[in-house]
Amino acid sequence: MLDIFSYSFMQRSLIMGIIIAIIAPTIGLFLVLRRLSVIGDAISHVALAGAAFGLLLGIYPVYTAIGFSIIAVLGVEKLRKEYSEYAELSLSIVLSAGIGLASILISLGNTSGIFSYLFGSLALVTKKDIWVVSILGSFIIISVLFLYKGLFYLTFDEESARMAGVPVRKINTFFSILVALTIGISMRTVGVLLISSLMILPVATSLLISKSFKQALLYSNLFGIISVVLGLISSFYFDLAPGGTIVLTALLILIIVMVINKIKD
Amino acid sequence: MQEKIVEFENISFSYGKNEVLDNINFYIEKGDFIGIIGPNGSAKSTLMKVMIGILKPDKGRVRLFNEDIKDFKDFTKVGYISQNVRDINPRFPATVEEIVESNLYSQLGFLKISNKNIKEKTYEVLRIVGMEEYKDTLIGKLSGGQKQRVFIARSLINNPEILFMDEPLVGIDIGSQKKLYSLMDKLNKDYNITLAMVSHDIGTIKNRANKIFILGNKKLYVHDSDKIKSEDLLKEIYNDDLKV
Repeated sequence: MLDIFSYSFMQRSLIMGIIIAIIAPTIGLFLVLRRLSVIGDAISHVALAGAAFGLLLGIYPVYTAIGFSIIAVLGVEKLRKEYSEYAELSLSIVLSAGIGLASILISLGNTSGIFSYLFGSLALVTKKDIWVVSILGSFIIISVLFLYKGLFYLTFDEESARMAGVPVRKINTFFSILVALTIGISMRTVGVLLISSLMILPVATSLLISKSFKQALLYSNLFGIISVVLGLISSFYFDLAPGGTIVLTALLILIIVMVINKIKD
Repeated sequence: MQEKIVEFENISFSYGKNEVLDNINFYIEKGDFIGIIGPNGSAKSTLMKVMIGILKPDKGRVRLFNEDIKDFKDFTKVGYISQNVRDINPRFPATVEEIVESNLYSQLGFLKISNKNIKEKTYEVLRIVGMEEYKDTLIGKLSGGQKQRVFIARSLINNPEILFMDEPLVGIDIGSQKKLYSLMDKLNKDYNITLAMVSHDIGTIKNRANKIFILGNKKLYVHDSDKIKSEDLLKEIYNDDLKV
Protein backbone atom coordinates (compact mmCIF):
# COMPACT_ATOMS: atom_id res chain seq x y z
CA MET A 1 0.00 0.00 0.00
CA LEU A 2 2.90 2.31 0.77
CA ASP A 3 3.82 2.12 -2.91
CA ILE A 4 1.94 5.33 -3.37
CA PHE A 5 4.81 7.16 -1.73
CA SER A 6 7.12 6.00 -4.52
CA TYR A 7 5.52 8.71 -6.66
CA SER A 8 7.62 11.81 -6.29
CA PHE A 9 4.62 14.14 -6.09
CA MET A 10 3.26 12.04 -3.21
CA GLN A 11 6.61 12.22 -1.46
CA ARG A 12 6.52 15.98 -1.81
CA SER A 13 2.96 16.13 -0.50
CA LEU A 14 3.85 13.88 2.42
CA ILE A 15 6.85 16.00 3.43
CA MET A 16 4.80 19.19 3.18
CA GLY A 17 1.86 17.58 4.92
CA ILE A 18 3.89 16.39 7.91
CA ILE A 19 5.51 19.80 8.38
CA ILE A 20 2.07 21.40 8.32
CA ALA A 21 0.64 18.71 10.58
CA ILE A 22 3.17 19.74 13.21
CA ILE A 23 2.90 23.50 12.76
CA ALA A 24 -0.85 24.04 12.33
CA PRO A 25 -2.02 22.31 15.55
CA THR A 26 0.90 23.79 17.53
CA ILE A 27 -0.12 27.31 16.58
CA GLY A 28 -3.77 26.23 16.88
CA LEU A 29 -3.35 25.08 20.51
CA PHE A 30 -2.36 28.58 21.62
CA LEU A 31 -5.16 30.10 19.55
CA VAL A 32 -7.82 27.79 20.96
CA LEU A 33 -6.71 28.39 24.55
CA ARG A 34 -6.83 32.13 23.98
CA ARG A 35 -10.35 31.74 22.54
CA LEU A 36 -9.15 32.92 19.14
CA SER A 37 -9.89 29.78 17.17
CA VAL A 38 -11.85 31.74 14.55
CA ILE A 39 -8.80 33.82 13.63
CA GLY A 40 -7.62 31.06 11.27
CA ASP A 41 -10.83 31.39 9.25
CA ALA A 42 -10.60 35.17 9.04
CA ILE A 43 -6.96 35.24 8.00
CA SER A 44 -7.25 32.38 5.53
CA HIS A 45 -9.87 34.31 3.55
CA VAL A 46 -7.44 37.18 3.26
CA ALA A 47 -4.75 34.68 2.25
CA LEU A 48 -7.06 33.58 -0.56
CA ALA A 49 -7.22 37.17 -1.79
CA GLY A 50 -3.42 37.20 -1.59
CA ALA A 51 -3.12 34.02 -3.65
CA ALA A 52 -5.52 35.41 -6.27
CA PHE A 53 -3.47 38.60 -6.38
CA GLY A 54 -0.30 36.56 -6.99
CA LEU A 55 -1.90 34.49 -9.75
CA LEU A 56 -3.17 37.65 -11.39
CA LEU A 57 0.24 39.33 -11.43
CA GLY A 58 2.24 36.16 -12.07
CA ILE A 59 3.94 36.26 -8.65
CA TYR A 60 4.42 33.06 -6.60
CA PRO A 61 1.01 32.97 -4.81
CA VAL A 62 2.35 31.64 -1.48
CA TYR A 63 4.41 34.83 -1.10
CA THR A 64 1.50 37.14 -1.81
CA ALA A 65 -0.77 35.07 0.45
CA ILE A 66 1.75 35.40 3.29
CA GLY A 67 2.07 39.15 2.68
CA PHE A 68 -1.70 39.64 2.74
CA SER A 69 -2.03 37.44 5.84
CA ILE A 70 0.57 39.41 7.79
CA ILE A 71 -1.23 42.66 7.02
CA ALA A 72 -4.50 41.00 8.08
CA VAL A 73 -3.26 39.68 11.46
CA LEU A 74 -1.77 43.04 12.33
CA GLY A 75 -5.09 44.57 11.31
CA VAL A 76 -6.92 42.18 13.63
CA GLU A 77 -4.66 43.23 16.53
CA LYS A 78 -5.40 46.90 15.84
CA LEU A 79 -9.15 46.35 15.49
CA ARG A 80 -9.22 44.30 18.70
CA LYS A 81 -8.00 47.36 20.55
CA GLU A 82 -10.61 49.52 18.83
CA TYR A 83 -13.46 47.13 19.70
CA SER A 84 -12.13 45.74 22.95
CA GLU A 85 -15.63 44.81 24.14
CA TYR A 86 -16.41 42.94 20.93
CA ALA A 87 -13.16 41.13 20.23
CA GLU A 88 -14.75 38.75 17.72
CA LEU A 89 -16.05 41.68 15.67
CA SER A 90 -12.51 42.41 14.47
CA LEU A 91 -12.34 38.87 13.05
CA SER A 92 -15.63 39.29 11.19
CA ILE A 93 -14.46 42.58 9.71
CA VAL A 94 -11.21 41.05 8.45
CA LEU A 95 -13.02 37.97 7.12
CA SER A 96 -15.45 40.18 5.18
CA ALA A 97 -12.61 42.25 3.78
CA GLY A 98 -10.78 39.09 2.70
CA ILE A 99 -13.67 37.38 0.98
CA GLY A 100 -14.78 40.61 -0.72
CA LEU A 101 -11.31 41.30 -2.02
CA ALA A 102 -10.77 37.69 -3.06
CA SER A 103 -13.97 37.51 -5.10
CA ILE A 104 -13.09 40.70 -6.97
CA LEU A 105 -9.51 39.62 -7.65
CA ILE A 106 -10.63 36.16 -8.81
CA SER A 107 -13.13 37.70 -11.25
CA LEU A 108 -10.57 40.13 -12.64
CA GLY A 109 -8.61 37.82 -14.89
CA ASN A 110 -6.90 34.48 -15.36
CA THR A 111 -6.97 32.96 -11.90
CA SER A 112 -8.04 29.46 -12.88
CA GLY A 113 -5.33 27.98 -10.62
CA ILE A 114 -7.16 29.33 -7.57
CA PHE A 115 -9.13 26.07 -7.11
CA SER A 116 -6.02 24.25 -5.88
CA TYR A 117 -5.52 26.96 -3.28
CA LEU A 118 -9.09 26.63 -2.08
CA PHE A 119 -9.08 22.90 -1.34
CA GLY A 120 -5.41 21.91 -1.58
CA SER A 121 -3.76 19.83 -4.26
CA LEU A 122 -1.42 16.84 -4.45
CA ALA A 123 -0.32 16.87 -8.06
CA LEU A 124 0.51 20.55 -8.27
CA VAL A 125 3.04 20.63 -5.42
CA THR A 126 6.35 21.87 -6.83
CA LYS A 127 9.94 21.68 -5.59
CA LYS A 128 9.71 25.37 -4.83
CA ASP A 129 6.69 24.72 -2.60
CA ILE A 130 8.72 22.14 -0.67
CA TRP A 131 11.60 24.54 -0.16
CA VAL A 132 9.41 27.40 0.97
CA VAL A 133 7.38 25.21 3.33
CA SER A 134 10.52 23.57 4.78
CA ILE A 135 12.34 26.82 5.42
CA LEU A 136 9.37 28.78 6.78
CA GLY A 137 8.12 25.70 8.63
CA SER A 138 11.47 25.29 10.42
CA PHE A 139 11.42 28.99 11.24
CA ILE A 140 7.96 28.64 12.82
CA ILE A 141 8.90 25.56 14.86
CA ILE A 142 12.14 27.12 16.14
CA SER A 143 10.30 30.34 16.99
CA VAL A 144 7.65 28.48 19.00
CA LEU A 145 10.40 26.59 20.87
CA PHE A 146 12.04 29.89 21.76
CA LEU A 147 8.77 31.53 22.77
CA TYR A 148 7.29 28.45 24.43
CA LYS A 149 7.62 29.52 28.07
CA GLY A 150 6.42 33.05 27.46
CA LEU A 151 3.58 31.90 25.22
CA PHE A 152 2.46 29.34 27.77
CA TYR A 153 2.49 31.90 30.59
CA LEU A 154 0.68 34.66 28.73
CA THR A 155 -1.87 32.23 27.29
CA PHE A 156 -2.73 31.11 30.81
CA ASP A 157 -2.63 34.46 32.61
CA GLU A 158 -1.55 37.55 30.69
CA GLU A 159 -1.45 39.98 33.61
CA SER A 160 0.80 37.81 35.77
CA ALA A 161 2.97 37.01 32.77
CA ARG A 162 3.59 40.71 32.30
CA MET A 163 4.55 41.03 35.98
CA ALA A 164 6.95 38.11 35.65
CA GLY A 165 8.82 39.93 32.90
CA VAL A 166 7.31 38.23 29.84
CA PRO A 167 7.45 40.74 26.94
CA VAL A 168 3.74 40.25 26.28
CA ARG A 169 3.22 42.78 23.50
CA LYS A 170 6.29 41.71 21.51
CA ILE A 171 5.41 38.04 21.79
CA ASN A 172 1.80 38.73 20.77
CA THR A 173 2.85 40.59 17.64
CA PHE A 174 5.46 37.99 16.72
CA PHE A 175 2.98 35.18 17.32
CA SER A 176 0.45 36.89 15.03
CA ILE A 177 3.06 36.84 12.28
CA LEU A 178 3.61 33.12 12.92
CA VAL A 179 -0.15 32.59 12.49
CA ALA A 180 -0.01 34.39 9.14
CA LEU A 181 3.01 32.35 7.99
CA THR A 182 1.33 29.09 9.02
CA ILE A 183 -1.75 29.90 6.98
CA GLY A 184 0.34 31.03 4.02
CA ILE A 185 2.37 27.84 3.82
CA SER A 186 -0.48 25.45 4.64
CA MET A 187 -2.72 26.60 1.82
CA ARG A 188 -0.92 24.54 -0.84
CA THR A 189 -1.67 21.23 0.86
CA VAL A 190 -4.83 21.73 2.87
CA GLY A 191 -6.33 24.64 0.98
CA VAL A 192 -7.37 28.02 2.27
CA LEU A 193 -10.85 26.99 3.33
CA LEU A 194 -9.67 24.11 5.51
CA ILE A 195 -6.49 25.40 7.14
CA SER A 196 -8.23 26.59 10.23
CA SER A 197 -9.80 23.14 10.65
CA LEU A 198 -6.34 21.57 10.79
CA MET A 199 -5.37 24.19 13.36
CA ILE A 200 -8.41 23.44 15.52
CA LEU A 201 -9.62 19.81 15.17
CA PRO A 202 -6.48 17.99 16.42
CA VAL A 203 -6.39 20.45 19.34
CA ALA A 204 -10.06 19.85 20.15
CA THR A 205 -9.32 16.10 20.25
CA SER A 206 -6.20 16.47 22.38
CA LEU A 207 -8.02 18.64 24.93
CA LEU A 208 -10.35 15.70 25.63
CA ILE A 209 -7.54 13.47 26.88
CA SER A 210 -4.56 15.67 27.85
CA LYS A 211 -3.43 15.66 31.44
CA SER A 212 -0.84 18.43 31.05
CA PHE A 213 0.11 21.20 28.65
CA LYS A 214 2.98 19.19 27.22
CA GLN A 215 0.60 16.31 26.53
CA ALA A 216 -1.86 18.69 24.87
CA LEU A 217 0.90 19.84 22.52
CA LEU A 218 2.12 16.32 21.84
CA TYR A 219 -1.33 14.84 21.18
CA SER A 220 -2.30 17.81 18.96
CA ASN A 221 0.74 17.09 16.81
CA LEU A 222 0.13 13.36 16.81
CA PHE A 223 -3.51 13.71 15.74
CA GLY A 224 -2.43 16.29 13.14
CA ILE A 225 0.12 13.89 11.63
CA ILE A 226 -2.28 10.92 11.60
CA SER A 227 -4.94 13.08 9.91
CA VAL A 228 -2.54 14.31 7.23
CA VAL A 229 -1.05 10.90 6.42
CA LEU A 230 -4.39 9.07 6.29
CA GLY A 231 -5.98 12.03 4.50
CA LEU A 232 -3.28 12.08 1.81
CA ILE A 233 -3.53 8.34 1.25
CA SER A 234 -7.30 8.43 0.84
CA SER A 235 -7.03 11.51 -1.35
CA PHE A 236 -4.73 9.56 -3.66
CA TYR A 237 -6.83 6.38 -3.84
CA PHE A 238 -10.23 7.99 -4.13
CA ASP A 239 -9.10 10.97 -6.20
CA LEU A 240 -10.48 13.52 -3.74
CA ALA A 241 -9.24 16.97 -2.72
CA PRO A 242 -6.60 16.37 0.01
CA GLY A 243 -7.85 19.27 2.14
CA GLY A 244 -11.22 17.58 2.49
CA THR A 245 -9.89 14.10 3.27
CA ILE A 246 -7.39 15.45 5.81
CA VAL A 247 -9.98 17.49 7.66
CA LEU A 248 -12.60 14.73 7.61
CA THR A 249 -10.00 12.30 9.00
CA ALA A 250 -9.26 14.80 11.79
CA LEU A 251 -12.99 15.03 12.46
CA LEU A 252 -13.32 11.25 12.50
CA ILE A 253 -10.52 11.00 15.08
CA LEU A 254 -12.29 13.62 17.21
CA ILE A 255 -15.55 11.62 17.10
CA ILE A 256 -13.78 8.34 17.92
CA VAL A 257 -12.02 9.89 20.94
CA MET A 258 -15.30 11.46 22.09
CA VAL A 259 -17.08 8.10 21.89
CA ILE A 260 -14.25 6.27 23.72
CA ASN A 261 -14.35 8.97 26.42
CA LYS A 262 -18.13 8.57 26.81
CA ILE A 263 -17.84 4.78 27.06
CA LYS A 264 -15.11 5.12 29.69
CA ASP A 265 -17.30 7.47 31.73
CA MET B 1 11.61 51.52 62.20
CA GLN B 2 11.30 48.81 59.57
CA GLU B 3 12.30 49.18 55.92
CA LYS B 4 9.59 50.83 53.81
CA ILE B 5 8.52 48.48 51.03
CA VAL B 6 5.83 50.55 49.36
CA GLU B 7 5.47 54.30 49.63
CA PHE B 8 2.83 56.57 48.08
CA GLU B 9 3.50 60.29 47.88
CA ASN B 10 0.58 62.48 46.79
CA ILE B 11 -0.82 59.91 44.40
CA SER B 12 -3.86 60.76 42.27
CA PHE B 13 -5.37 58.48 39.65
CA SER B 14 -8.23 58.92 37.17
CA TYR B 15 -10.00 56.80 34.60
CA GLY B 16 -10.48 59.43 31.90
CA LYS B 17 -12.09 62.35 33.67
CA ASN B 18 -13.28 60.24 36.58
CA GLU B 19 -10.84 60.71 39.46
CA VAL B 20 -10.85 57.70 41.80
CA LEU B 21 -7.81 58.37 43.99
CA ASP B 22 -7.08 61.87 45.24
CA ASN B 23 -3.77 62.78 46.84
CA ILE B 24 -3.10 59.50 48.62
CA ASN B 25 -0.18 59.12 51.03
CA PHE B 26 0.87 56.01 52.95
CA TYR B 27 3.63 53.48 53.39
CA ILE B 28 3.85 49.76 53.95
CA GLU B 29 6.69 48.49 56.12
CA LYS B 30 8.47 45.14 56.01
CA GLY B 31 6.48 42.56 57.95
CA ASP B 32 3.17 44.41 57.73
CA PHE B 33 -0.07 42.60 57.03
CA ILE B 34 -2.29 45.21 55.44
CA GLY B 35 -6.03 44.75 54.98
CA ILE B 36 -7.53 47.01 52.31
CA ILE B 37 -11.27 47.56 52.65
CA GLY B 38 -13.88 49.86 51.20
CA PRO B 39 -17.22 49.81 49.42
CA ASN B 40 -17.60 48.56 45.83
CA GLY B 41 -16.09 50.98 43.34
CA SER B 42 -13.82 52.61 45.92
CA ALA B 43 -10.76 51.80 43.75
CA LYS B 44 -9.29 49.06 45.95
CA SER B 45 -8.06 47.05 42.97
CA THR B 46 -6.90 50.24 41.27
CA LEU B 47 -4.85 51.15 44.35
CA MET B 48 -3.19 47.73 44.24
CA LYS B 49 -2.44 48.00 40.53
CA VAL B 50 -0.84 51.42 41.05
CA MET B 51 1.28 49.93 43.85
CA ILE B 52 2.80 47.35 41.51
CA GLY B 53 3.05 49.54 38.44
CA ILE B 54 0.33 47.95 36.27
CA LEU B 55 -1.40 51.35 36.32
CA LYS B 56 0.48 54.65 36.21
CA PRO B 57 -0.71 57.48 38.48
CA ASP B 58 -1.60 60.91 37.07
CA LYS B 59 0.24 62.67 39.87
CA GLY B 60 2.63 61.77 42.67
CA ARG B 61 5.32 59.20 43.18
CA VAL B 62 5.25 55.49 44.01
CA ARG B 63 8.33 53.93 45.57
CA LEU B 64 8.94 50.18 45.74
CA PHE B 65 11.82 49.00 47.93
CA ASN B 66 13.03 52.61 48.18
CA GLU B 67 13.24 52.95 44.43
CA ASP B 68 11.00 55.00 42.15
CA ILE B 69 8.66 52.50 40.50
CA LYS B 70 9.61 53.89 37.08
CA ASP B 71 13.14 52.56 37.64
CA PHE B 72 12.14 49.42 39.53
CA LYS B 73 13.02 46.23 37.66
CA ASP B 74 13.21 43.35 40.13
CA PHE B 75 9.59 42.24 40.08
CA THR B 76 10.55 38.80 41.39
CA LYS B 77 10.42 40.49 44.82
CA VAL B 78 6.74 41.22 44.25
CA GLY B 79 4.01 38.60 44.14
CA TYR B 80 0.57 39.56 42.83
CA ILE B 81 -2.59 37.49 42.74
CA SER B 82 -5.17 39.39 40.73
CA GLN B 83 -8.94 38.95 40.67
CA ASN B 84 -8.57 37.64 37.13
CA VAL B 85 -7.29 34.29 38.34
CA ARG B 86 -10.91 33.45 39.17
CA ASP B 87 -11.83 33.74 35.48
CA ILE B 88 -9.22 31.31 34.30
CA ASN B 89 -10.47 28.80 31.74
CA PRO B 90 -11.42 25.74 33.85
CA ARG B 91 -10.45 23.40 31.02
CA PHE B 92 -6.99 24.85 30.51
CA PRO B 93 -4.76 21.80 30.04
CA ALA B 94 -1.99 22.62 32.50
CA THR B 95 -0.87 20.87 35.67
CA VAL B 96 -0.30 22.62 38.98
CA GLU B 97 3.43 22.00 38.54
CA GLU B 98 3.51 23.57 35.05
CA ILE B 99 1.72 26.66 36.34
CA VAL B 100 3.94 27.16 39.38
CA GLU B 101 7.11 26.64 37.29
CA SER B 102 6.00 29.17 34.69
CA ASN B 103 6.64 32.03 37.09
CA LEU B 104 10.36 31.33 36.96
CA TYR B 105 10.27 32.89 33.49
CA SER B 106 12.94 35.50 34.14
CA GLN B 107 15.30 32.85 35.50
CA LEU B 108 14.50 30.21 32.92
CA GLY B 109 15.13 32.37 29.90
CA PHE B 110 14.10 31.12 26.51
CA LEU B 111 15.20 27.58 26.10
CA LYS B 112 16.27 26.29 29.49
CA ILE B 113 14.13 23.29 30.30
CA SER B 114 13.04 22.53 33.83
CA ASN B 115 15.68 20.58 35.71
CA LYS B 116 15.92 18.79 39.05
CA ASN B 117 16.56 22.03 40.91
CA ILE B 118 13.41 23.62 39.58
CA LYS B 119 11.37 20.50 40.33
CA GLU B 120 12.59 20.59 43.93
CA LYS B 121 11.83 24.28 44.25
CA THR B 122 8.34 23.74 42.86
CA TYR B 123 7.74 20.88 45.29
CA GLU B 124 8.96 23.01 48.19
CA VAL B 125 6.58 25.93 47.51
CA LEU B 126 3.69 23.53 46.94
CA ARG B 127 4.53 21.94 50.29
CA ILE B 128 4.42 25.35 52.01
CA VAL B 129 0.88 25.93 50.74
CA GLY B 130 -0.13 22.31 51.40
CA MET B 131 -0.70 21.37 47.76
CA GLU B 132 2.26 19.07 47.06
CA GLU B 133 -0.02 16.06 46.50
CA TYR B 134 -1.71 17.88 43.63
CA LYS B 135 1.35 18.73 41.57
CA ASP B 136 0.26 16.56 38.62
CA THR B 137 -3.41 17.56 38.81
CA LEU B 138 -4.98 19.76 36.12
CA ILE B 139 -5.63 23.26 37.45
CA GLY B 140 -9.29 23.10 36.39
CA LYS B 141 -9.94 20.11 38.66
CA LEU B 142 -9.17 22.09 41.83
CA SER B 143 -11.60 23.96 44.08
CA GLY B 144 -11.49 27.76 44.41
CA GLY B 145 -9.50 27.62 47.65
CA GLN B 146 -7.02 25.10 46.24
CA LYS B 147 -6.51 27.26 43.13
CA GLN B 148 -5.71 30.27 45.32
CA ARG B 149 -3.10 28.17 47.15
CA VAL B 150 -1.53 27.23 43.82
CA PHE B 151 -1.39 30.90 42.80
CA ILE B 152 0.23 31.74 46.13
CA ALA B 153 2.77 28.97 45.48
CA ARG B 154 3.37 30.38 42.00
CA SER B 155 4.30 33.70 43.59
CA LEU B 156 6.39 32.06 46.32
CA ILE B 157 8.67 30.33 43.82
CA ASN B 158 10.44 33.65 43.26
CA ASN B 159 10.95 34.21 47.03
CA PRO B 160 8.93 37.46 47.02
CA GLU B 161 9.25 39.94 49.86
CA ILE B 162 5.72 41.24 49.44
CA LEU B 163 2.56 39.54 48.28
CA PHE B 164 -0.44 41.48 46.94
CA MET B 165 -3.76 39.65 46.88
CA ASP B 166 -6.89 41.12 45.35
CA GLU B 167 -9.95 39.58 47.01
CA PRO B 168 -8.54 36.06 47.24
CA LEU B 169 -11.44 34.83 49.39
CA VAL B 170 -14.37 35.62 47.10
CA GLY B 171 -16.42 32.54 46.21
CA ILE B 172 -14.56 30.31 48.65
CA ASP B 173 -16.30 28.38 51.45
CA ILE B 174 -15.68 29.30 55.10
CA GLY B 175 -13.52 26.23 55.84
CA SER B 176 -11.16 27.00 52.94
CA GLN B 177 -11.12 30.69 53.92
CA LYS B 178 -9.88 29.72 57.39
CA LYS B 179 -7.13 27.57 55.89
CA LEU B 180 -6.10 30.41 53.58
CA TYR B 181 -5.96 32.81 56.51
CA SER B 182 -3.71 30.45 58.49
CA LEU B 183 -1.50 30.13 55.41
CA MET B 184 -1.25 33.92 55.22
CA ASP B 185 -0.34 34.09 58.92
CA LYS B 186 2.36 31.50 58.32
CA LEU B 187 3.79 33.41 55.34
CA ASN B 188 3.71 36.67 57.28
CA LYS B 189 5.15 35.41 60.57
CA ASP B 190 7.33 32.42 59.67
CA TYR B 191 8.55 33.52 56.25
CA ASN B 192 8.53 37.25 56.98
CA ILE B 193 6.59 38.07 53.81
CA THR B 194 4.78 41.40 53.84
CA LEU B 195 1.15 41.03 52.84
CA ALA B 196 -1.39 43.42 51.35
CA MET B 197 -4.85 42.03 50.80
CA VAL B 198 -8.13 43.47 49.52
CA SER B 199 -11.09 42.02 51.39
CA HIS B 200 -14.78 42.58 52.09
CA ASP B 201 -14.73 40.53 55.26
CA ILE B 202 -14.09 43.34 57.74
CA GLY B 203 -14.51 41.28 60.92
CA THR B 204 -11.88 38.67 60.00
CA ILE B 205 -9.35 40.88 58.25
CA LYS B 206 -9.35 43.21 61.27
CA ASN B 207 -8.22 40.31 63.46
CA ARG B 208 -5.50 39.16 61.07
CA ALA B 209 -4.00 42.35 59.64
CA ASN B 210 -1.98 44.79 61.72
CA LYS B 211 -3.09 47.78 59.68
CA ILE B 212 -6.33 48.52 57.89
CA PHE B 213 -6.49 50.83 54.89
CA ILE B 214 -9.97 52.18 54.29
CA LEU B 215 -10.77 53.58 50.85
CA GLY B 216 -13.75 55.83 50.29
CA ASN B 217 -14.56 59.11 48.57
CA LYS B 218 -11.22 58.95 46.70
CA LYS B 219 -9.32 59.14 50.02
CA LEU B 220 -7.40 56.58 52.05
CA TYR B 221 -7.46 56.31 55.84
CA VAL B 222 -4.98 54.18 57.77
CA HIS B 223 -5.86 52.54 61.11
CA ASP B 224 -3.95 50.27 63.45
CA SER B 225 -6.29 47.31 63.58
CA ASP B 226 -5.97 46.80 67.33
CA LYS B 227 -6.99 50.38 68.05
CA ILE B 228 -10.26 50.46 66.20
CA LYS B 229 -13.48 48.53 66.63
CA SER B 230 -15.14 46.73 63.73
CA GLU B 231 -18.31 48.77 64.31
CA ASP B 232 -16.40 52.01 63.86
CA LEU B 233 -14.77 50.71 60.68
CA LEU B 234 -18.15 49.80 59.26
CA LYS B 235 -19.54 53.20 60.14
CA GLU B 236 -16.58 54.85 58.48
CA ILE B 237 -16.98 52.83 55.30
CA TYR B 238 -20.72 52.65 54.90
CA ASN B 239 -21.86 55.49 57.12
CA ASP B 240 -24.13 52.95 58.73
CA ASP B 241 -24.94 51.49 62.11
CA LEU B 242 -24.61 47.84 61.08
CA LYS B 243 -23.33 45.50 63.81
CA VAL B 244 -20.68 42.90 63.03
